[in-house]
Amino acid sequence: MSKRTIEMAVGTAGIDAYGQPIRAPLSVRSQGALALEAPYEPELESDHMLINIGPQHPATHGVLRLVLELDGETVVRCVPHIGYLHCGFEKIGEYRQYNQIIPWTDREDYLNSIGNNVAFVLGAERLFGIEITPRCTVLRVIAMELSRIMSHLVWMGTTCIDIGAFTPFLWLYQERENLYNLLEGWVGARLTTTATRVGGMAAEIPDGWMDGLNAFIRNFPKTLNESDKMLSKNGIWMGRTVGIGALTAEEAINCGMSGAMLRASGVAYDVRKDFPYLDYETYDFDVAVGTSGDVYDRYLVRVEEMRQSIRILEQAVQRLPDGPLNVDDPRVILPPKTKATSQMESMIHHFKLVMEGPRPPIGEVYVPVESPKGEKGYYLVSDGTSKPVRWRIRPPAFVNLSAIPRMVEGHLLSDVIAINASIDIVMGEIDR
Amino acid sequence: MSLTAISPTMALDVLADLSTWFPRQDSQVAPESVYTFALASSIKLLVVFTLYMLGVAMLTLAERKVSAWIQDRRGPNRTGPFGLLQPVADGLKNLMKEEVRPADADKWLFIIAPMLAFIPAMLTWAVLPLASPLPTPWGLISMSVASLPVGYLFMLAISSLGVYGMVLAGWSSNNKYALLGSLRSSAQMISYEIALGMSTIPVLLLAGNVSLNAIVEQQAHMGWNVLSLTIAWFIFLVAAFAETNRLPFDLPEAEAELVAGYHTEYSGMKFSLFFIAEYANMATMSGLMSALFFGGWDIPFTRWDNEGEFTVVKTLATLATFAAKTGVFLFLFMWVRWTLPRFRYDQLMTLGWGIMLPLALGYILVIAAASLALDALGVPRGVPFSLSLLVLNIAIGAVLLWWGDRGKLLSPASARLGQVELARRRARSAAPSSMAMGAPTARTIAVAEATQDQSEPALVGAGTVSDEVTN
Repeated sequence: MSKRTIEMAVGTAGIDAYGQPIRAPLSVRSQGALALEAPYEPELESDHMLINIGPQHPATHGVLRLVLELDGETVVRCVPHIGYLHCGFEKIGEYRQYNQIIPWTDREDYLNSIGNNVAFVLGAERLFGIEITPRCTVLRVIAMELSRIMSHLVWMGTTCIDIGAFTPFLWLYQERENLYNLLEGWVGARLTTTATRVGGMAAEIPDGWMDGLNAFIRNFPKTLNESDKMLSKNGIWMGRTVGIGALTAEEAINCGMSGAMLRASGVAYDVRKDFPYLDYETYDFDVAVGTSGDVYDRYLVRVEEMRQSIRILEQAVQRLPDGPLNVDDPRVILPPKTKATSQMESMIHHFKLVMEGPRPPIGEVYVPVESPKGEKGYYLVSDGTSKPVRWRIRPPAFVNLSAIPRMVEGHLLSDVIAINASIDIVMGEIDR
Repeated sequence: MSLTAISPTMALDVLADLSTWFPRQDSQVAPESVYTFALASSIKLLVVFTLYMLGVAMLTLAERKVSAWIQDRRGPNRTGPFGLLQPVADGLKNLMKEEVRPADADKWLFIIAPMLAFIPAMLTWAVLPLASPLPTPWGLISMSVASLPVGYLFMLAISSLGVYGMVLAGWSSNNKYALLGSLRSSAQMISYEIALGMSTIPVLLLAGNVSLNAIVEQQAHMGWNVLSLTIAWFIFLVAAFAETNRLPFDLPEAEAELVAGYHTEYSGMKFSLFFIAEYANMATMSGLMSALFFGGWDIPFTRWDNEGEFTVVKTLATLATFAAKTGVFLFLFMWVRWTLPRFRYDQLMTLGWGIMLPLALGYILVIAAASLALDALGVPRGVPFSLSLLVLNIAIGAVLLWWGDRGKLLSPASARLGQVELARRRARSAAPSSMAMGAPTARTIAVAEATQDQSEPALVGAGTVSDEVTN
């Protein structure tokens, strides 16, 4: 193990001479004391320049900080610093009932909040051993695919801005606005949806909601194609993205990548196909796979994923069955209020569910789903009480981001921005 | 006549008779007396400056309206009717804002830089002929603020001064983003200035004069230069985009990379000056493009404005024509900005030095040879001459499009360093302490790392926990 690797692993937060926290690795011997004496701006012995991209910078998506050592404009070293948005979600989850954790899943990958809601309850339901209703399954598929499109829209728009094309950003955000209106109509919230419950959904879709969804399915491909036309064959866009930050399939696998980052490198791994959940195996859709693993291929893969999501949505709208939304299981879902006032058992269930919360059997479960960023998994350990003893998120963006030094070193400063955009990070998920 | 032979009064008469200073050409006219000249110049100065500043302020509104139109938005519409007072509100806001000067900034350069950016952009406007001469009881008044016989050279000289504002702004701010931005802008503007200058040489070849009035006159007779010198216009257009730091060439202030580039540290009215300078440059370049390639104030498809006596109506009509042409180019600037992504630094340099400059140089030779040949063939300098050149241009354009290799020009990953070169460059610096804080011997680590990179390329830069586990 090299010295540097040790330092990276041991790194702790220090305070610099100006009282600012340094999210920099300290060696074991020098923790504390040396950090206080550390120079505010390190003097490099050559003509290299140290530059901070982030945490406050228009190009970083969230509060990512990249310390770059530049030789001219060429990046010779890149060290990412994370943790500026650490909220301790996983620890908080250990003090919350299962349904109370759902609002925290909104806030980690906040561009994909409803998808996280679904993913978390999928894990919890496997822990509880519950089979959800067919209607709920289809509605959750709709929720996940809408969520994928929303997240990809933000990614595409911000990537456009990072590479200098401003206009597609606003076109795409208009569509995202339509989607948020749909979500608002369904669950009342736009960003922090908290749309699911263990055993079902928080709300049934309102009357006429499907018309809105159908209108979106009809209109969205036009906007997407228009924006895509502005970029994918544009000489400048291609010049900025083709061959930039390329990873081979082997490298991508070794870095633990997933999602569009992995598929752009030519590995056709999609959780929806390989470990199906929510009956994804019964839907007809293709997995977009790139060849070169550069920024351009990631772009193409994600655009194609949005088109495939529309295909899935069309099928889901077709097959949405009538019937109950929530499972008929008083262990997790409240019985009707009218019964609580007339039947003793129902009243007890109301009391137990409200005061204690649903109690799963002892066990542990890891359920991965294909989030817009990659393989997102929720790992839950239950000791039989109504709160998990351990809740752990596998954040795809964190793993994908860990390869950024490998991708940017040797490239120019402008390429750092393009590569960073192509990873599609959300710091809420990375810092948790 | 020797100077000693002139008495003082005679000397004054000679000076006052400005016709000895200016050749009596059709539109390049001198007023009868020095007093008229002084008064007319002052009035022109005031009017043009006022209109120009007003126009630039309105340009900021126009930009926002055009971008809103392109992006399916409404744009500013709250301040005054149709948002027309928005520039006023913006200006007031900037005037009242606190001006922050970084503690370590070079005070005087920091203050001078915005002026240096702003003034050259306006100065160029002085030599542009805005309309046909205005007849007054005191003689014909030329409709440019200063109808210099060397207008073209003046334009080149002054427009190259603008780069100082940006370089000094970036350097004096003592900010790394600003420094990188100013380095980019100096390299970019100097590179493209050469292409810009070269692309206008064919115009001079056709006009046979460096006075902008004469160039406009020549186009009125021969047809617009955009027809006879299409390729030169195209080079000028691209270089103009680069000179004004507009997308796709806005690298000096690429907000995604360098925060705000060279004016990162500027605030209040100083920032506003840079902003105004950008729009002023845009207006200047648009005006120049109209004058050099689109006939200036010449009204197309009619000879009415070029023949017979000058009248007030003609002056107004030609002024409107010139404004319309300039407006079209301003719109083009905005349209392109809200459509295209941004170039990368090395691509920009390749385009400037590898494509534009050789093309412009070659084009000068071609046009010079073609003019000689056409003259030898006895083609009269007039519309037939222009049409012959147009055919030549179409041929060259077709060849360029045929051979134009996007892959070579924008080779994207060409700039990436190999692992060996990367390790060599890394070894040149100590491991920076904010990266490896408190490392006992930073230099040895950097060197150790460099050697490690060569032997184990798989480990480069990936200092993650997974590495620790696998090792």
